Amino acid sequence: MRGVLARRRAVDVVSKILMATATVIGVFFLCWIIWATLKYGIPGMHWDLFTKDTPPPGTDQFGLRNAFVGSLLLLGLSMAIGVPIGLMAGTWLAEYGFRSRTAETVRFLNDIMLSAPSIEIGLFAYAAVVAPMGHFSGLAGSVALAILMIPIIVRTTDEMLSLVGGDVREAAIALGAPAWVVITKVTWKAARAGILTGVLIGLARITGETAPLLFTALNNQYFSANMFRPIANIPVVIFQFALSPYTNWQQMAWAAAFITVLFVLVLSLVARWFLGKVQVAK
Amino acid sequence: MNGSDVVVGIDTGPASEEPRAAAKPLRLSGDSVFHGAAMFAAFVAATTLFGTVIAIAYDSRLSIHAFGIWGFLKSSEWNPVTQTFGAFPFIIGTLVSSTIAMVLGVPVSFGIAVFIVEIAPEWIKKPVAGAIELLAAIPSIVYGLWGLVVFAPVFAQIEPWISHSFGAIPGIGALFQGPPMGIGMLTAGIVLAIMVLPYISSIMRDVFLVVPASLRESAYALGATTWEVAWDVVLPYTRSAVIGGIFLGLGRALGETMAVTFVIGNSNVLSSSLLMPGATIPSVLANEFTEATTKLYVSSLIYLGLILIAVTLAVRFLAVLLIRHLGRREGAAA
Repeated sequence: MRGVLARRRAVDVVSKILMATATVIGVFFLCWIIWATLKYGIPGMHWDLFTKDTPPPGTDQFGLRNAFVGSLLLLGLSMAIGVPIGLMAGTWLAEYGFRSRTAETVRFLNDIMLSAPSIEIGLFAYAAVVAPMGHFSGLAGSVALAILMIPIIVRTTDEMLSLVGGDVREAAIALGAPAWVVITKVTWKAARAGILTGVLIGLARITGETAPLLFTALNNQYFSANMFRPIANIPVVIFQFALSPYTNWQQMAWAAAFITVLFVLVLSLVARWFLGKVQVAK
Repeated sequence: MNGSDVVVGIDTGPASEEPRAAAKPLRLSGDSVFHGAAMFAAFVAATTLFGTVIAIAYDSRLSIHAFGIWGFLKSSEWNPVTQTFGAFPFIIGTLVSSTIAMVLGVPVSFGIAVFIVEIAPEWIKKPVAGAIELLAAIPSIVYGLWGLVVFAPVFAQIEPWISHSFGAIPGIGALFQGPPMGIGMLTAGIVLAIMVLPYISSIMRDVFLVVPASLRESAYALGATTWEVAWDVVLPYTRSAVIGGIFLGLGRALGETMAVTFVIGNSNVLSSSLLMPGATIPSVLANEFTEATTKLYVSSLIYLGLILIAVTLAVRFLAVLLIRHLGRREGAAA
């Protein structure tokens, strides 16, 4: 009897140590990756990164201006496509679809899209936009990124609107407001922090996406703001520069990675802060 | 938004029967425009999945026609010069790297989830959970850069030890032989394992939290240890969703592109050793797509993408189904 008890205790202690070790492993790798980004990224930080365009191979210059502008344009257009569609689809689910069979099917398909590998979405944008147009373009890249962010926004909007209490809605309806006014003026407003969180998470998700851009926006050595042509962007520049033999290109890759990580981490933290506000409000 | 288009699209039928001037102004009320726009957006969100499959299948047609299905799957010949393409080494590479990721990642994810839910003191739960979730926020290209420049040189120091320890074991020994290069199939599997940690552990954590307190407390009251509660009460109760979470991680690992491309070594030849370079379907797509010069070459690469979609879609379908299964049971019980 005592033997059994001792063995059970021993298993419990060993398992607790293993679980703690697993957690330490996870946190350790996070710290290691962030430390490496700081260590290699900060020495590459150079004012020229923001004022000059990507230098040709074999020179010792720095510059990422065209890639930063391209990335911002890509993200902006993706949001212009993705946010309205995601917001409206999420609104339909929460305000019109409810628990109907159709709405549940849409939610199911959306959940599957939520975990779609980005490379598949890139191939789709290639097949749907690049191939018919005949050339790579920033537009195709934005379509791919928008498709990646839509499921995130749909899901958070749906969940956040469902949290809004029926009393607010009924009060507005009782005052004679038509459904769309109730939704835009009352429920959206009540759920605004939650919806914004979804948009921020979606933006964080697509910021460092590289794979889909390889098939769509590609890259551009020169400055361009034309979304109908190949456009320079940070992720693809990191990919190409990191694997190049030139030291300054490798340094720029790390500097760009550092800025991307910083941007994404800040976005994630702000999103979490917003989410905390939502939960406190409930 | 495309709201106006939709309303026009929906209303052409009845409206066209009446003279234009007599068209009821009510039809274009804010409500119908808004409802139509919302419905259209939901339709777009729901049908992209089918659009993806159809468009990629359509663009694979040249290659499907040239190599067939079975022929493409089992052929190891990938030669742009002779324009013969086969998927076998990439399919194996994708499966092997993801298997390594699951073997290493699932137990660690389980440990993290149990630690956060059952073991950790209250004040440490939130920061630890937050840190693990930040792993998911780091872009995959940064994992790749870190894997190639920082992790691979360190791992190359460990590889001789791995060869020494496991290389002599009969049967699996061949898997661990080879020069210590730091990059290769095993490195890709390890980096993938780190990348799937946040996804698997957060699903596990969420579902562990929905286990009714009465169940957990009954077990503790009977004298069960923390481990026994986790393994014999919490895990059986949440089994389907836990498996769903694992499938979700598997879907991530199978489709992960940039991190793998950096560290797998990109060799189109199959090797028996995990320490040797290899390639996966996503990595070959990332490497060769922009260099593909002929239509058949591009089509064959997209055909690889179609195979990947078929596999990941099945995995994701199962994942979502299994995770929802628990949610429904919860709803029914409430």
